[in-house]
Amino acid sequence: MTTTPSRTSRSLRAPGIDRVLMLAVLGLLVLGTLLVWSATSHRDDLTGGDPTAYLRKQLVNVCIGLVLMVVVMATDHRWVRIVAPLVYLASIGGLVLVLTAGTTINGSRSWIDVAGMSIQPSEFAKLAVVIGMALLVAERNEGRRTRVGAIEVVGMLTIAAIPAALILMQPDLGTLLVLSATVFGVLAIAGAPRRWLAFLAAGGLVAAVTVFAGDLLKEYQVDRFLAFTNPDLDPRGAGYNTEQARIAVGNGGLFGQGLFHGSQTRAGFVPEQHTDFIFTVAGEELGMIGAGVLIGLLALVIWRALAISALSTDVFGRVAAAGIACWLGFQAFWNVGMCLGIMPVTGVPLPFVSYGGSSMFAGLLAIGLLQNIHLRATATQPTRYARPLRPGHLVSR
Amino acid sequence: MRPITTRDPSKERSRLRLIVVRVLVFSLFATLFARLYYLQVVSGDSYRQAAASQSLREVVVQPQRGLIVDDQGRPLVTNRTAWEVSVDRTLLGKLSSHDRSVLLHRLADAVRVPLKRVEQALVTCGDSGSKRGRCWNGSPYQPVPVANDVPQSVALRILEQPEDYPAVVTQQQSVRAYPQPYGVNLADIVGYLSPITAGELERAKKDDDDSVNGASTVGRAGIEEEYDRYLRGRPGYQKVAVDSMGRVLGQEGVDRDHPGDTLVTSIDARVQSVAERALHDAITTARATYDPVTHRNYRADSGAAIVLQAQTGRVVAMASQPTYDPAQWVGGVSSKELARLYSAKAGDPLLARAYQGQFAPGSTWKPIMTVGAFNNDLGPTTRLDCSAGFMVGNRLFHNYESASYGMIDFAKALQISCDTFFYRVGYHFWQKYGQDPTNVHARDPLVSEAKAFGFGRPTGIDVPGEASGRIADRRWKLAYWKSMKGYYCGIDKHPPAGTSAYLKLFAHEFCLEGSYYRAGDAVNFTIGQGDTLVTPLQLARAYAALANGGTLYEPRIAKAIVSPNGKVVKRIEPKIQSRVKDPAHGIAYVTNALLGTAVTGTMAWKMTGFPLDQVHIRSKTGSAEVWGKQSTSWVASYDKNYVVLMMVTQGGTGSGTSGPYVRKIWEALYGVHGSSVDRKDALIPGVVAPDALPSFQSDGSILPPKPRFAGRHGRSQP
Repeated sequence: MTTTPSRTSRSLRAPGIDRVLMLAVLGLLVLGTLLVWSATSHRDDLTGGDPTAYLRKQLVNVCIGLVLMVVVMATDHRWVRIVAPLVYLASIGGLVLVLTAGTTINGSRSWIDVAGMSIQPSEFAKLAVVIGMALLVAERNEGRRTRVGAIEVVGMLTIAAIPAALILMQPDLGTLLVLSATVFGVLAIAGAPRRWLAFLAAGGLVAAVTVFAGDLLKEYQVDRFLAFTNPDLDPRGAGYNTEQARIAVGNGGLFGQGLFHGSQTRAGFVPEQHTDFIFTVAGEELGMIGAGVLIGLLALVIWRALAISALSTDVFGRVAAAGIACWLGFQAFWNVGMCLGIMPVTGVPLPFVSYGGSSMFAGLLAIGLLQNIHLRATATQPTRYARPLRPGHLVSR
Repeated sequence: MRPITTRDPSKERSRLRLIVVRVLVFSLFATLFARLYYLQVVSGDSYRQAAASQSLREVVVQPQRGLIVDDQGRPLVTNRTAWEVSVDRTLLGKLSSHDRSVLLHRLADAVRVPLKRVEQALVTCGDSGSKRGRCWNGSPYQPVPVANDVPQSVALRILEQPEDYPAVVTQQQSVRAYPQPYGVNLADIVGYLSPITAGELERAKKDDDDSVNGASTVGRAGIEEEYDRYLRGRPGYQKVAVDSMGRVLGQEGVDRDHPGDTLVTSIDARVQSVAERALHDAITTARATYDPVTHRNYRADSGAAIVLQAQTGRVVAMASQPTYDPAQWVGGVSSKELARLYSAKAGDPLLARAYQGQFAPGSTWKPIMTVGAFNNDLGPTTRLDCSAGFMVGNRLFHNYESASYGMIDFAKALQISCDTFFYRVGYHFWQKYGQDPTNVHARDPLVSEAKAFGFGRPTGIDVPGEASGRIADRRWKLAYWKSMKGYYCGIDKHPPAGTSAYLKLFAHEFCLEGSYYRAGDAVNFTIGQGDTLVTPLQLARAYAALANGGTLYEPRIAKAIVSPNGKVVKRIEPKIQSRVKDPAHGIAYVTNALLGTAVTGTMAWKMTGFPLDQVHIRSKTGSAEVWGKQSTSWVASYDKNYVVLMMVTQGGTGSGTSGPYVRKIWEALYGVHGSSVDRKDALIPGVVAPDALPSFQSDGSILPPKPRFAGRHGRSQP
């Protein structure tokens, strides 16, 4: 945000990291941490009387996430390709573990407790699916097969289907929706034939109808969807969340009530305000201006991700970057739309902003990968001579 | 953008698609901006209004208080649900002042509470115009209760007409209920509940104790107070958002309530019922009996009956008269009822005579004196004159009804309750150790023995407010004289007009030598007269020590704390306070001697036909004289298993008034019918009170413990 346009355009072609992306993400992290603090500082029922408890926990999450990001950035891209299948297998393992030994929060079994931390493997699964699909296309493409045909599409869909099925069993509807949109985006960018895309879109529609008509959803999920269409129907039931979210955001006005001074936030009217409904804190306390900046920063991240995709010279970079853009973009849109009452309520965190470790780590790992792709795309030397970057090297720039 | 180097069609396609995705993302985010603008700027005002009309209400779910059950698991105190009407002050504040006054009028009418009280209840304590005891000291977000235990019809009417009663919250609460098995009252043991005071709440907050809140009621007397922290449980706290009409929108932060623990007591409802009835009948009979001394019927204004387990000091039954109905405290006691509860005219019903009343023990004191005498140079071979009278200094002390029995031993003296015999015992020790009446350090073996038997200090029973009694020894006399001499010396020097000659003489003597411990004081002490006072419980506990060979237990009512799911949290074991030293075996002697009281002694005329060969009751009667009042009737009795004690103030002689009813209690305890014993008919299965606890089933039912079959050899032995 602070960079001038001329410098931005220069940095596009300059070798090194994407500074705009970096600054946008850092801006989101700072803003998000403040919002989490504001949403929890008065919640004695959550914090046990320590107003900074969540602030400190979130700072730890951010720090761990940044370290992960730097590690991925500094890794040779060939290593990324080697590690990618392992990441994919690990996330599948995590999802299986969740189903067998997970803890249930808010009606779905999505968490496993590791060393006092609750890990949500489905967050990592999104990244793993993007990398896995990109890798498959890249391997086929570089084997002198340039067209993406039925075999590739089926292969990619298989890669996505396994974690998707596991996530469906939790059930975690929000993650599944984000994953579906991401898979569709990856297929499109990878160059899947149009008839395949049309076929998948139709299939998705049929599946949605079947799920609704066939009682496959849990009752609360249906209620939330229906409440979204008419929130005033039952203000104390399922529509309560979205109604309270809209009141909080509407209460903010143009300039907001000031950080730590939102009356609805203070009173704790909005449920899950530090996680899925964190945007409402921005809406109420920072107003149209602050919430607009937040959306702008998110848009900037997506824009840079798509730009990196276009910039990338190899298939893996192009497809992976676009996949990450689809994932983060769709998730951010859904989350903010949910807080503004234009999307149904399902458990989807706001990337880089919502409280939580898993979502933070997965998001920052994705940013690290984007930077890695950017580094390679803008490197002056041919790919095969590229040296692994060390963190110290980055700082000196 | 970088120039594309290959003419790969798939790459070309993906480039185009990337543009499509960009457009899509842009439009999605543009939608978000538009929606944000619509919510915050276009319709911001209406949302701000909605935000202002919402408020948060703190709902406190009061926990179910723990049950109190007897030794067989019969519920003595339970809970029932009652309707409580409260007012949400946040919403009330949003009404116009006219609407507010209309609402409060309507509400006060509906719940039949004076408008003034409703208004007082709504003021936060400490605010201007708050009235102590009426004001609200709970959370500002919590609805304030204005009427408790309202009839269901009233509660439903308010619930069904929310538009007429905005800001009024009607909900069910759990309040105390007294099922009264076998008609027991138990008020003195159980105590009662009343709303928490500001001071108590403050203390709880300081100690981080979240088991109470501004709307809590806490135990005030008896075991309800003593075991309050176990019984009260933990309230649940919820925050709910309500709209401007008080309709609940949704809830956040639910913190569930936890019911209190169950208290198992050693009280047996059947024995308690028999004891209460016996005491009641003794008093009724006494009131219909002519007193030849005062020439009118006995007033029998108060009394107590106690049954203890002799071997453990556990309380099996304890009754006091006059008493009150514990249920009248439920939902708040009216000022009229309260005035009656505290009035001397109604006999101070709140004073539990059994452990808070202090009385001269009379002749029931003599067994203690006997043990004391045995430990100090007198013994079974001692024979003293039971004459009609005994001169001490210039004063003649009479035997009861001036009877004369000649030279007798301790056993006979106890059985026939000879006063002059014991005067001689007291005089013997006074002469031997304490001839100097001003020496407060003089040895007094009988006073020491009384202290060893636990008199003059609280027994340590597990109810608050116990009286400690008083041993009128030399020290006490000196202290009393010091505190009173200013008053009496004043009367002596400048007698006010109209002072009687008697008072003038008394004041003169008191001023000069009121602190002197004379032979008269010493001999009076031996027969439980004078200034010595005991509580009925102290006496019963001392007799339990006679029964068990000298162990003084702290009497216990509670046996165990059991969690709501039936797990034993804590067993409350009998606690030994001290042991009586008995080197001369005075206790065994007394225990043997007191068997004769019912055969040939003072109790004999009330025990004819009783199977004393099977139930070996030791007893001692007492008729304590009280200056200006009719005598106090005492009977203390025990066997191996139980101590049974009864006393009636202004009730006449020991055996005459209390005797027949003590017998009734013994008959019930052992299943005595006429002169035969049917142990299967005993009140407590197995005769001996069970040591085991009732078992708590998962379905909430409570089964009695297995009876302790004492068998043939378990009978009380001589």
